Amino acid sequence: MQPIISFENFTFQYRAQKEPSLADINLSINQGEKVLIAGASGSGKSTLANCINGLIPFNHKGTASGSCKVNGVDTSKLSVFELSKIVGTVLQDTDGQFVGLTAGEDIAFSLENNCLPKEEMLPQVKTAACKTGIGDAFLDTSPFDLSGGQKQRVSMAGILVDDIQILLFDEPLASLDPSTGKNTIALIDKIRHDTSKTVIIIEHRLEDVLYRDVDRVVIMHDGRIVSDMPTAKLLSGSLLREHGLREPLYISAMRYAGIAPAEEHKLARIDQLTLSQGDKATIKNWYQNLPPAEAEQNQQELLRVSNLNFTYPSKDRTLQNISFTITRGEMTAIVGTNGAGKSTMAKLICGFEQLDSGKIELFGQDITEETIFNRAKHIGYVMQNPNQMICKPMIFDEVALGLVNQGIDEAEIKQRVEATLEICGLHPFRNWPVSALSYGQKKRVTIASVLVMNPEIIILDEPTAGQDYRHYTEIMEFLKALQAKGVTVLLITHDMHLMLEYAPRALVFSGGNLVADLPSATLLCDPVLSEKASLKETSLFHLAAECEIDDPAAFTRCFIEYERAKS
Amino acid sequence: MFAQTLSVKTIVAIGIGTALFFLLARFASIPVFANTTLTFQYALLAFFAVLFGPIAGLIIGLAGHILTDLHFGWGLWWSWIIVSGVVGFAFGVMMKGVNVDEGEFEKKSSIIRFIVCSAIIHVISWGVIAPVLDILIYSQPANRVFTQGLIASIGNIITTAVVGTILLFAYSKAKPKTGSLSKDR
Amino acid sequence: MRAGGTKTGLSYIDKNTPVHRLTGASKLLMVLFLSLSAMITFDTRLLAIIVVLSFILFVVSRVPLREMKMIAGFLVFILAMNTIITYLFAPEEGVRIYGTRTEIFHIIGRYYITQEQLFYQFNQTLKYLAILPLALIFFVTTEPSEFAASLNKIGVNYKIAYSVTLALRYIPTVMREYREISQAQQARGVDLSKNVKITTRVRGMVSIMFPLIITSIDRIDRIANAMELRSFGKNKTRTWYQSRPFKKVDYFVITLSALLIVAAIVMGIINGGRFLNPFV
Repeated sequence: MQPIISFENFTFQYRAQKEPSLADINLSINQGEKVLIAGASGSGKSTLANCINGLIPFNHKGTASGSCKVNGVDTSKLSVFELSKIVGTVLQDTDGQFVGLTAGEDIAFSLENNCLPKEEMLPQVKTAACKTGIGDAFLDTSPFDLSGGQKQRVSMAGILVDDIQILLFDEPLASLDPSTGKNTIALIDKIRHDTSKTVIIIEHRLEDVLYRDVDRVVIMHDGRIVSDMPTAKLLSGSLLREHGLREPLYISAMRYAGIAPAEEHKLARIDQLTLSQGDKATIKNWYQNLPPAEAEQNQQELLRVSNLNFTYPSKDRTLQNISFTITRGEMTAIVGTNGAGKSTMAKLICGFEQLDSGKIELFGQDITEETIFNRAKHIGYVMQNPNQMICKPMIFDEVALGLVNQGIDEAEIKQRVEATLEICGLHPFRNWPVSALSYGQKKRVTIASVLVMNPEIIILDEPTAGQDYRHYTEIMEFLKALQAKGVTVLLITHDMHLMLEYAPRALVFSGGNLVADLPSATLLCDPVLSEKASLKETSLFHLAAECEIDDPAAFTRCFIEYERAKS
Repeated sequence: MFAQTLSVKTIVAIGIGTALFFLLARFASIPVFANTTLTFQYALLAFFAVLFGPIAGLIIGLAGHILTDLHFGWGLWWSWIIVSGVVGFAFGVMMKGVNVDEGEFEKKSSIIRFIVCSAIIHVISWGVIAPVLDILIYSQPANRVFTQGLIASIGNIITTAVVGTILLFAYSKAKPKTGSLSKDR
Repeated sequence: MRAGGTKTGLSYIDKNTPVHRLTGASKLLMVLFLSLSAMITFDTRLLAIIVVLSFILFVVSRVPLREMKMIAGFLVFILAMNTIITYLFAPEEGVRIYGTRTEIFHIIGRYYITQEQLFYQFNQTLKYLAILPLALIFFVTTEPSEFAASLNKIGVNYKIAYSVTLALRYIPTVMREYREISQAQQARGVDLSKNVKITTRVRGMVSIMFPLIITSIDRIDRIANAMELRSFGKNKTRTWYQSRPFKKVDYFVITLSALLIVAAIVMGIINGGRFLNPFV
């Protein structure tokens, strides 16, 4: 049978790049296969996706050699439009690809562009909406009233209105919380079974994608394909770690306990994992011999929020009766569904919004009436997207901005900026333009620009969003080092690994209430509470249950400690 | 028709540019003195016209101004709406050939050209076209509309020349150029 | 327009009235034709007809009292301002236009009240009343989703028409982004208030606009890719999910408003100029 996608000795180099982003790619995918393409940022996996859907070579300019065929035809001989009849692409930005004013319009978008008469559109739109579980009731809803997951379903429906053969998902989990992501993976699987289309998923969160069966995993590194094999076989080897990808936690745990993961363990999915009695005993034994994880020492109280109430100007959402304290030098995660109030909580602490009633104290002093700028000398806020903060072309000026605005003299500014750049590992770049930095380095610049004010607390909004494992570790280790210097860190996050590994404590927001304040490991071993916070329980919880370990949270904590000590 | 040849990117730029024009005209003003505020939508309009061409400038000016008037709720002030379109179009035409994406705005000559263009475009648009339209449509007294136009053009020249230049220059600096990126940047 | 949580100013009001039932395209043509004829003519009678007509349209569209009051409030303010400024600048403009001078009384210096000036300023006020609020009828009675289809129907290229949809779609997004950026910059001491020098305020504005533009340019790329991947720009035309077929009443309305343009031109010929001159 002729493969539906085939690359032969394919190389591609973007115009703005010095080196090729794809080198010597040989890959073939058959009709009806479900393939995961994984790799770190910059590995070329998104470039590969763009070659399949035709954005390369039509929209992104560059030079290509070798061949890339879809349905047996070289893509350079087809247009983006012709290819879009064969390949449907769902992009990672759920907001950017929703171009209609209502869900119905957005689903109909492709039909409109293909000049389908209006009367024929409605039934097709309804059918497609049905396939992705959107339902008729939502067709007149505007994107502002839809959640990220719902918007993604609309996008999928917008692809399925056309009779395409290949479904291509470019980082479908990147902008979703874990619980929604899990549903997305299940939905993709359902669509595949209902329609027997070829499915290609580009993602670096391996464990999350493997929630449902995948035929094959292709691993990319530095623009090359370094592995292409069935899932179970890949997981039993050590390729993942070598290429900057996170191995599923339960497999790491098996390794640490001294079990060599093998195909007969059915490694691909935690719910199918098969361990012998001996294996189970080995793991349990390993756990019991670990030193118990130390409980955090309570220290000086830094921030206290008491009986806080807040209603949005639009009156549709509120925060009710929130109280908690943060002690000095903690790293705490603020978690919850989108719209549960976690970002608002941060904004209230920073003074961006004014509370209706209640009190916020810093070192026992009431700061409820303080201005944004005065609070900023104690509380730093780092936005999710560094591009939203950076406003100077040069790094030094960017970091100095806050001090210049405070009217501090030049000599002191220079000294403080240089000291901060040193801490952030940016000193060698101090005279560089910001544009020359990577995303992760830009993130550091924004952290530096906040740190330079010497705040006691910094609040970071989704610090690791869109980061692969390596960059993510880099950022988090940096924050951990800051924490060791006495800076208190609050993280607004959806990232479960981040919580487990770095934030011992979690504040869980749901529907405008603070519903739990507990150790992260306990939260992620509580399926009900996790669901409420749009998270999902960690696979270590299942492994612990499988091995008849009675305290999965303690097992999880020990695992993290062990891993930390090991590296 | 010429519009058919516009790239999808230009179309999207028109949409987003219009949204930004509206935002800046309506919600982002800084107080100057007494009841006067300074707004920056024309600096943005110039930016988008230079980057995406005269048609983009024209539509962003027209649509952005219509949305702004609508949001104020006082009805549509057609003469000034048309002039906003003319301003955007003129920036696109007069700055044609300056490829900001490839760093050409970092040259002194481009910056001077931009500032000179700002002066010419605003003086002609607000000092001549707008008053003439007001005379034609509303039969307004000439001395009144020309005085009004002159005041408007001064404010717009300053905001466009200063803020527009800084934005274009900074954007050009922030943009990676052909063959300039190596791995892991 | 839908502005996600910031619903101020004028926006679509969902009602089922004869005006709402007209297709967007015919309403658009109607307000354009009526506006055009109001721009052309200075004939008092014709202007009065257009003012009455647009008032009737507002009533039939059942625009809520609150909105009507808001529009009226603005109009009274603008017209009052305009009348005063025009008089201060050109107290003899009426005399110049109508060629006669019928003094009523003298205020001070060069400021006299003349019949000609009164009539000229009355006509001008009528003109503003005819032109300014007219287009609002289109926006309060047409769903934003139908704007683009309407523009396309009256001959605007579909790509350009779609850019209007995109603008409406992304206004709330850029507004949220602007708010977030300005909050983060305020935390770094950016101050746009009167407490600091004007140059500092302008610099502050730049430090908000720059990140806003950079993120917008990124967004443009992403949206353009998403649209092309779904065939936008493939054909010379496109169909619209939100379009509605023309009915008899649509043709009637368009013809009627086109006739008013003819009337404006005819009256100009009869009056021997744009102005109706009762003084000769």
